Amino acid sequence: MEVLSLVQRVSAHPDSRCWFVSWNPAGTLLASCGGDKAIRIWAREGDSWICKGTLEDGHQRTVRKVAWSPCGNYLASASFDATTCIWKKKNDGFESLTVLEGHENEVKCVAWASSGNLLATCSRDKSVWVWEVDEEDDYECVTVINSHTQDVKHIVWHPNQELLASASYDNNICIYKEEDDDWECCATLKGHTSTVWSLCFDAAGKRLASCSDDCTVKIWKEYSSENTQGKGLCSPDSSWKCVCTLSGYHGRTVYHVDWCSLTGALATACGDDAVRVFKEENTSDPDQPVFFLAAQVTKAHSQDVNCVAWNPKEAGLLASCSDDGEIAIWQLH
Amino acid sequence: MSGGTRLENANPIIFQRSGERLLTATDEDENVHDPIDDREIFDIIRTINDPEHPLSLEELNVVEQVRVKVNDAESTVDVEFTPTIPHCSMATLIGLSIKVKLLRCLPNRFKIDVHITPGTHASEEAVNKQLADKERVAAALENSSLLEVVNQCLSSRGH
Repeated sequence: MEVLSLVQRVSAHPDSRCWFVSWNPAGTLLASCGGDKAIRIWAREGDSWICKGTLEDGHQRTVRKVAWSPCGNYLASASFDATTCIWKKKNDGFESLTVLEGHENEVKCVAWASSGNLLATCSRDKSVWVWEVDEEDDYECVTVINSHTQDVKHIVWHPNQELLASASYDNNICIYKEEDDDWECCATLKGHTSTVWSLCFDAAGKRLASCSDDCTVKIWKEYSSENTQGKGLCSPDSSWKCVCTLSGYHGRTVYHVDWCSLTGALATACGDDAVRVFKEENTSDPDQPVFFLAAQVTKAHSQDVNCVAWNPKEAGLLASCSDDGEIAIWQLH
Repeated sequence: MSGGTRLENANPIIFQRSGERLLTATDEDENVHDPIDDREIFDIIRTINDPEHPLSLEELNVVEQVRVKVNDAESTVDVEFTPTIPHCSMATLIGLSIKVKLLRCLPNRFKIDVHITPGTHASEEAVNKQLADKERVAAALENSSLLEVVNQCLSSRGH
């Protein structure tokens, strides 16, 4: 069994919840957001992580998620106030660049495509919006997709293709791609028996991990029939199948899952206050992969763990955050 | 909410309130660890006002001590509530009021689950799912008009 040892714990959003943490692509900055309507930027100084700045006045209500652009120069924040803010890095700080409006109510998630030219948002209004970004930093909504019947909780882009996946309160996962200038849902992944809270592609983008209020984590794999190879993901003849279900490990809702692009380790954030890390058996059959619990901290936080995030450059460095308002930084070894 | 145009359940059955909790010698002994028990949880929620009637949830039998389960060692609280009629549109609001009161009164370590007594409401599953979704609950409590309605249910009426 490996060990997750605590590097540091900080009170990031005091007297509030910390909902989400996100590393910049260089792995040097960590952004956090919470119920105090603030976004904080953390960086390492010597041996410790300190707050380098607070972005306030951007939102009127809880900031639910934050996402860095692939170039690392922009930060997007999604809020219960129905807006998404785009912040631009300037010298030492950040300035508010633009506010994306249009969702009817709470924006639950925001994500940048790997090209940096597309942004997606989703909301309790059941819709997923795709925005196009031009060189002048103008954002234009190119589509509104209504494939879910309930809140859309989370969205993620494929690591190198323009393929988008969403998770919903309606228990399903949808996968979208652009077809003849329009975005459409090309696959619906059914299997979870309650709200799907989060999703993550693996480094190659061939598999997707999802976590749910049903206390399980599922691994989905894309299959394309032989004569359609080369057509790319999500072609009409392709399908996504659940190849593994991790059940019995999580005592309550699993709120977030993150697949490390460096090591392939899968971390989970759970409502039972624990942080867990799963690894895949080397010898396992790709069509029936076997994952085992490699490490866990049962009382990682004093309340629900909302998010876990692997540092993109330092293997094994993991950040987590909780309803207790704290961020914890862990090292897996 | 009382004084509305038409009550969904105009003539509810009214139940007797429980007496005050009897304190024992160990309850008053500061040196004895005093775990939170079912009666303590029940005492927190029984005085919540019904959104429709000038009565408490206890008087309407919406909450009962036998439907409260607390495990102090594991920091879990489970409360079942029974809407007075199976189509009560106030069920979500009542559940939310119970949840908010417990969140405000109990130490943060507790995991609080509030749901409808099985088989007593037409939309049982949908209401339970909504009450269990902390993101929806958090967003609802940032809505000032809804928060005001919840606070009215939680205000003391001077029983």
